[in-house]
Amino acid sequence: MKQTPTKKQRQKSTNGRPAQTTNEDLNRWNLRLYVAGQTPRSVTAFRNLKEICEEYLKGQYHIEVIDLMENPTLARGDQILAVPTLVRKLPQPIRKIIGDLSNTERVLVGLDIQPR
Amino acid sequence: MSRQNRHNFQPLKALQKEPTGIPGFDEITCGGLPAGRPTLVCGSAGAGKTLFAMEFLVRGATLFNEPGVFISFEESDVELATNVASLGFDLNELIAEKKLLLDYVFIERSEIEETGEYDLEALFLRLGHAIDSIGAKRVVLDTLEALFSALPNEAIVRAELRRLFRWLKEKGVTAVITGERGDGKLTRYGLEEYVADCVILLDHRVQNQISTRRVRIVKYRGTSHGTNEYPFFIDDKGFSVLPITSLGLLHKAPTEHISTGIERLDTMLDGHGFYRGSSILVSGTAGTGKSTIAAHFVAAACQRGERALFFAFEESQDQIIRNMRSIGIDLEKFVKKGLLEFHNARPSSWGLELHLALVHKAITEFNPTVVVVDPITNFLAVGDRIETKSMLTRLIDFLKSRQITGMFTSLTSAGSEIEDSEVDVSSLMDAWLLVKTIESNGERNRGLYILKARGTAHSNQVREFLLTDHGIELLDAYIGSEGVLMGSARSNQLAREKAAELERGQVSARKQRELRRKQELYEAQLQALKNQYETERDAILMELDEEQKRLKETADQRLEIARLRKADSRGMKIDENGARKARKGAVR
Repeated sequence: MKQTPTKKQRQKSTNGRPAQTTNEDLNRWNLRLYVAGQTPRSVTAFRNLKEICEEYLKGQYHIEVIDLMENPTLARGDQILAVPTLVRKLPQPIRKIIGDLSNTERVLVGLDIQPR
Repeated sequence: MSRQNRHNFQPLKALQKEPTGIPGFDEITCGGLPAGRPTLVCGSAGAGKTLFAMEFLVRGATLFNEPGVFISFEESDVELATNVASLGFDLNELIAEKKLLLDYVFIERSEIEETGEYDLEALFLRLGHAIDSIGAKRVVLDTLEALFSALPNEAIVRAELRRLFRWLKEKGVTAVITGERGDGKLTRYGLEEYVADCVILLDHRVQNQISTRRVRIVKYRGTSHGTNEYPFFIDDKGFSVLPITSLGLLHKAPTEHISTGIERLDTMLDGHGFYRGSSILVSGTAGTGKSTIAAHFVAAACQRGERALFFAFEESQDQIIRNMRSIGIDLEKFVKKGLLEFHNARPSSWGLELHLALVHKAITEFNPTVVVVDPITNFLAVGDRIETKSMLTRLIDFLKSRQITGMFTSLTSAGSEIEDSEVDVSSLMDAWLLVKTIESNGERNRGLYILKARGTAHSNQVREFLLTDHGIELLDAYIGSEGVLMGSARSNQLAREKAAELERGQVSARKQRELRRKQELYEAQLQALKNQYETERDAILMELDEEQKRLKETADQRLEIARLRKADSRGMKIDENGARKARKGAVR
């Protein structure tokens, strides 16, 4: 049920923006960014995420942007309340980071890239 | 002018209300929750908030065909469904029918890192989608306060909550938001400041080790509502609020009488018994036969084909049936016919309010014309006198409003003033029978009298009664110089009276005999006199006869002589006259 729209979303996000899709390592960091419409905040969040990933996880990550405006049912699966929410699906365990990801330090801690 | 016109065209509409379908709750809120607005239901842990909210949805779906969404922040949908299944709610069926949607919002704070600004649009979207997908009219958020503990930034949560309530109003859904009670505040995080329209407080208090659930409407903007604390309970049918308040003195007073079940007691009450719809107090010390009087009353009602409810707080149903059978009252057949129902409970099982609530519920369900509460004094074990009186007042009012005749027995502790310790309810009662044991001559006897019977000319006598194998039997009153005679004193008196009567009988018989003898004597004397008179009369008559014969002979002889001497006729004539004269004299 959840799988199909996720694929769709993935295609959308990869088509829309230039991303590193060929590397096999990109599945090491599977990140999902939940947003609600193209608000300035979601744009900021995506930009911040992109920057952090480029800097720390280059070539090892995959970002999936899910717009809950289009697929509100998807909020249930990852228990999303706040937007934007970044969900680290991989590596396990699941971590959630809410906010526009403007505090890079906190994002790195939240993603376990940097020790707390 | 134009403004006035506008007012005329748009008359103020009273607040629309959404019935909850919870028994009793719609009464105290005068119709239900404010339609299209959020309502806060707060209370401490275990007060029944979730259940209230769930029942609001389930009743909405089943009774009013209004689909509902339940957003749970605490329990998963499976847990919820299991928990309310015990109340007879089949959530899965409702979900399958698209009348209910459960959404479990789970937030694990340890998983969450906060970086920068965010909002709760995702929650709004989830909620909005849930509402739209089944066309929900009712929404429950249980409990929103989980957001405060899940999300570190309270300022954002508060801002978003304000937005959420506004959004819910715009959506036009009737929402129930639950909140945990906080110290000195209605809710721990002050949710009440967002919900301006209706706040309901559920309370679960334990007093003397007995818990009572209560509900109170703290605020309800734009409408009148009950302001008291109302007891409620949760049973296998769900939530029930019992708005049992004093109904005031507006009840009708029927003029019909109903029998007490004891013939001679009816006679004492002007020959009719009690008024229908009246309340009767039967008080007395232990073992005076209060329950038996009640059993008679109930049996008489069932005999007439009426329904009766017996609330027994001291004995079990079997015990009462057995004991009453021993004095010839067969209650079992009425139970089997469905005319009589027993409700047996220890007073200490529940609080006063709950007792009242259960009595109320039982009466509403069974719809009797006669109710017995045996005894009311036991409630003092649960509450104090004021509380007990208040409860009984409400019970009596309730019975009267339904024109149910109620009989209440009251145990008077031995030694105290019998008119005193009646839980202060005697003034509420229309009739008051007092049964007491009267001790004299080394024995205790049962006496009964009518202390009062409003609107009925009643006997003022103290009557002795016996418990016989055919029930209560009132005996004749024997009043002597030492008061009422009872027991052996009464039977002594009876014997004395018999003896005196016998004696009186003997005297009169003797006098009668004497009279008869006198009459006989008189008659005998009369006869003797009569006989004497007749004898004398006969003798005289005989003498007279002879005298005449003699006179006639003499006259004949003289005529013969004259004829022989050839005497003249004159001489003969004179002789003839003389003879005639003599004859006349003889007759005389």
